[in-house]
Amino acid sequence: MAATTQIKQLRIATRNCGFIDPESLDDYIAQRGYEALAKVLTMTPAEVVEVIKTAGLRGRGGGGFPTGVKWGIALSNKADQKYMVCNADEGDPGAFMDRAVLEGDPHSIVEAMAIGGYAIGATLGAVYIRAEYPLAIKRLRKAIDDARAMGLLGKNIFGSGFDFDIEIKYGAGAFVCGEETALIRSMEGHRGEPVSKPPFPAQSGYWKKPTIVNNVETFANVPAIILKGADWFSSIGTATSKGTKVFALAGKIVNVGLIEVPMGTSLREVIFDIGGGCPDGKEFKAVQTGGPSGGALAHKDLDVAIDYESLIARKSMMGSGGMVVMDEDDCMVSVAKFFLDFTMDETCGKCTPCRIGSKRLFEILDKITKGHGTQADLSRMKTLCESIKDTALCGLGQTMPNPILSTMDTFANEYEAHVTQKKCPAHVCTAMLTYTIDPAKCTGCTLCTKVCPVECISGTKKQPHVIDASKCIKCGACYDKCKFDSVIKL
Amino acid sequence: MSTIATLDALRAKREEILARQKARQNKVLINVSLATCSIAAGGKVAMEAMQDEVALNGLTNVEFMQSGCMTFCFAEPTVEITLPGKDPVVFGGVDEAKARELVTEYVMKGEPVEGIIPVTYQRVVL
Ligand SMILES: Cc1cc2nc3c(=O)[nH]c(=O)nc-3n(C[C@H](O)[C@H](O)[C@H](O)COP(=O)(O)O)c2cc1C
Ligand code: SF4
Ligand code: SF4
Ligand code: SF4
Ligand code: FES
Repeated sequence: MAATTQIKQLRIATRNCGFIDPESLDDYIAQRGYEALAKVLTMTPAEVVEVIKTAGLRGRGGGGFPTGVKWGIALSNKADQKYMVCNADEGDPGAFMDRAVLEGDPHSIVEAMAIGGYAIGATLGAVYIRAEYPLAIKRLRKAIDDARAMGLLGKNIFGSGFDFDIEIKYGAGAFVCGEETALIRSMEGHRGEPVSKPPFPAQSGYWKKPTIVNNVETFANVPAIILKGADWFSSIGTATSKGTKVFALAGKIVNVGLIEVPMGTSLREVIFDIGGGCPDGKEFKAVQTGGPSGGALAHKDLDVAIDYESLIARKSMMGSGGMVVMDEDDCMVSVAKFFLDFTMDETCGKCTPCRIGSKRLFEILDKITKGHGTQADLSRMKTLCESIKDTALCGLGQTMPNPILSTMDTFANEYEAHVTQKKCPAHVCTAMLTYTIDPAKCTGCTLCTKVCPVECISGTKKQPHVIDASKCIKCGACYDKCKFDSVIKL
Repeated sequence: MSTIATLDALRAKREEILARQKARQNKVLINVSLATCSIAAGGKVAMEAMQDEVALNGLTNVEFMQSGCMTFCFAEPTVEITLPGKDPVVFGGVDEAKARELVTEYVMKGEPVEGIIPVTYQRVVL
């Protein structure tokens, strides 16, 4: 374990995860739980909005919209009913920050939703959570029930006259349902399809009433801001991005797990100092931030101070916090194809650029990885990416080309190698791979002949062996088995 | 159960809880991470093995608790043990054998056990 003794992490949103019993209201109260709610109920809603604005909290669900500004819009929209919604859909592959918060500290979300409800003038809240999160649902449900039994939810909270209650809505786990307008449609019992904005949910959302949708992690910061103050929060981070961000480190990284770092921490600190670098002494190649909507950052980006703007400037985005690390053995064309495969499956199909465009992009990538790609495919793919970005209805389609565009930009030579030399430099695309035996190294131990499923390796004992390339199915068994590194991939 | 209707009542309740937690200070506190990730990695097995070992050795000064994700996926299952008067220590890779060893070596004798995960974060306490 390549852990470091340096303190690079700061835990605000995950302050209680792992430290308290998530099923105990007492444990939460011991951490000054519900004091922030009591405090805001002595303020005016406008004052609460102002605190969140001054703190500089921005949405942690991906877009990074200033939370206080959003709340302010909903506050100023007069209506007989408003809604506070927590987005716990978390569909980004490789991301599990929100699940961890809900399973580790559900009361912080309940409290923060009530605070938000008071700030915008909503008496009802809803958590939209995927049904695949049964433990998170169970603990959240218990938290809501316990809070209600204690009078911390329901009528006349803290004797202030403010009423607020929360219900849970289940999602079936479609990525697009994390998009706020699709989420609202889904909550109303319709198909989870996005609708065009404006009107924004803050103007007309759930049942056409002003509705605020915020991410789990966004909410988790709120009680801390209320109790420790806007100035404390805004003193952490960069000029434009305040506070911390939780990331889920996954892929080729030693310390797989959740981390929370101040905004402005460099990618190098995250990958190497905290993450411990790539396992087995492999060379770091890239990291995908923002999941299927984001892009790949490479060596040249290691000293970037992570915040919303700096990632967008590098054709990626903050996203909800998934960070998938790739090493020298990963093929960037295949990585782009992986994400396209995901978005192609998850497109809701409502608009043509996304529904058909994703399929066409996937086909081109598939062709390239099979060794049939041409230069013309590369330029066609780029043009298609640009037009999808410009014409898709919702964020899913608009950001779907990002993994392709960013890898084409940063790893142009890898795409070139695939289409011109018909070679996959990382030796991942099996169609372009040949296994051979280095006669200088082969000891003739015969081990490989015993594992080759098609018996295409021949040779006499103690003499160099050879592979019959015409029969080889490229399973790699000989490569894995040879103790003398004699089998080589070309 | 009476409800909490004022800030003062909340504060009083908190004092009462803190006093109760303080009374535990001369006990060994074993906190097992039991989130989806940690349960899948064997957190419940670790919890049960430790409870069993505590019973086998007739220990009466040990309290167990569950918590959410301790964030160390690379070292699940994870267990945090606080000996009386000592700082909490988090151990990773706690399979059944390690769980029993933690009770017989660390809890009973204060002997170091491998697998300590160093604290690499600052936690904001409200
Ligand atoms: C395809 C797609 C998927 C999304 N998935 C999520 C999600 O899983 N969780 C989330 O909080 N926001 C998701 N969002 C962003 C939401 O639309 C919305 O911006 C966010 O919930 C607002 O909360 P915030 O301001 O606190 O970030 C997604 C957006 C798109 C376009
Ligand atoms: S961009 Fe894609 S996901 Fe969004 S509405 Fe269009 S088809 Fe549906
Ligand atoms: S296993 Fe390696 S050394 Fe042995 S015969 Fe095969 S290629 Fe040669
Ligand atoms: S890659 Fe598989 S099929 Fe090809 S030679 Fe090696 S073991 Fe045989
Ligand atoms: S998500 Fe909790 S330890 Fe991995």
